[in-house]
Amino acid sequence: MMDFLHYAFMQRALIAGALIGAATGAIGVYVMLRGLSFIGAGIAHAAFGGVAIGTLAGIDPLASALVFSLAVALGIGYTTRRAAIREDVAVGILFAASMALGVFLLSFVPGYTQDLFGYLFGNILAVGPADLWFSLGLFLVVFGAIALFFKEFLYITFDPEMALVSGLPAGAIYGLLLSLIAFVIVLSIRVVGIILVSALLVAPAATAFQLTEDFRRLMFLSVLLGVGETLGGLVLSYYTNTPSGATIVLLSTALFFLAFLLSPRRRAVRVLPGR
Amino acid sequence: MSETIVSLRDVWVQYRQRPVLEGVSLEVRRGEFLTIVGPNGAGKTTLIKVILGLVRPSRGEVLVFGKPPWTLGPERSRIGYVPQLENTDPNFPVKALDVVLMGRYGKLGLVRRPGKEDLEAALAAMERVGVRELAHEPLGHLSGGQRQRVFLARALATDPELLLLDEPTTGVDVQASESFYELLRRLQRQGVTIVMVSHDIGVVSRYVDKVACLNRRVVVHGKPEEVSASEALAEMYGCAALFFHHGKAPHMVVRLHELEGKN
Repeated sequence: MMDFLHYAFMQRALIAGALIGAATGAIGVYVMLRGLSFIGAGIAHAAFGGVAIGTLAGIDPLASALVFSLAVALGIGYTTRRAAIREDVAVGILFAASMALGVFLLSFVPGYTQDLFGYLFGNILAVGPADLWFSLGLFLVVFGAIALFFKEFLYITFDPEMALVSGLPAGAIYGLLLSLIAFVIVLSIRVVGIILVSALLVAPAATAFQLTEDFRRLMFLSVLLGVGETLGGLVLSYYTNTPSGATIVLLSTALFFLAFLLSPRRRAVRVLPGR
Repeated sequence: MSETIVSLRDVWVQYRQRPVLEGVSLEVRRGEFLTIVGPNGAGKTTLIKVILGLVRPSRGEVLVFGKPPWTLGPERSRIGYVPQLENTDPNFPVKALDVVLMGRYGKLGLVRRPGKEDLEAALAAMERVGVRELAHEPLGHLSGGQRQRVFLARALATDPELLLLDEPTTGVDVQASESFYELLRRLQRQGVTIVMVSHDIGVVSRYVDKVACLNRRVVVHGKPEEVSASEALAEMYGCAALFFHHGKAPHMVVRLHELEGKN
């Protein structure tokens, strides 16, 4: 038993997985409650364009993915704040465009298809020691921001108009929240991949939502579920010899349905709060 | 004559080239209870947002406490705002007290967490509107009327001098609405100036002392009986004509008019 712990790659994957699970669980609470999952998926796909730019330019693909996703996240925030274009339209266009940009750019790099798959669906073998420090840094930024701006994030998630009326810089706080989503997505690329990360941004929070009506408890449960599901999925994928990202996402989805069925209050009418 | 708290002079607002408010003038003095009535699409919510400083007019002058509302800064806490109930998710996982505490966030400023003083102010505001005992209830467990009182308590958490309400009784049953208006009346007697937007015309004459009838352009302005007397004026501008009869049961006639639209 636990023989997977003897492998250095598994140790790294588990550490990275725990950081990812905690960060997606926490940010996922806002994503779910504020109805940002489509934006999350959009930012994730934008990361692919960033990966391609990094690969072509010969810099760390994750670093360029971070910059690129951040720019897209802030761009979405800015566009919708100006109300020039509807949010879902802005995301819908960027979504495919950045994927296309990635594929387009990567076609200039010969023999790249193998790695490509890793970015799209995760590849725990690719988690290097440097990635761990990178992950730890992003993790600290995400939790530091949540600790600092706990009340601000709560306010703009619950009632953005009132947050604005109160005199707090609601637009900037929303931009910060979108940036954190970008951070978490880039943090997750190695283990879960660009395509699957959006599920991880919603599932733990949605599962926790079935079980509590208190915001702090929801946050705590969601983090706990995020860590448990990522680690559980990694271990499971080791034994079943299945892709880690897919295993994690399927596990978290299974737990969501279980919680939904067992939910004490059966919020069956509205599984997720709409927006 | 008491001090002017809100003053709008020839205010024009446009959304994507479509006029929403056309030359609206309005004045609210300290201690008054003004209700703005008008059909859907009349620009009632926009008018409230102009007073809040959320929407800037393309023309005209807006003064709240003698300043343009977007320059109020920390003085924002002198305004309390109760938005439409449907702006928020009723199942959001917070307790009633958490919601009321949000009313203190702006005053606290960035990063600082609410402390003992904020907690006391929040509980006092809940006491004031009669929902103190619901403080630790999840929002999702409250009725529409109770939720509306919690939002009123949030607006009162900074002890504001001016209270703005946008359709406060939508989705609230009749009895709860009546007692909500009674409560507003009580707040007015405590010195709070109130501006309320409503389509609940039947209630207007009983609880408020001034009515403004708005349909983008027009503000017929005055005591309920004066406004009803100016039926011709109201009709000329396409505002739903109102007839108030003070008696046992105030009733009204709302005429269909050609203007339609959505808020």
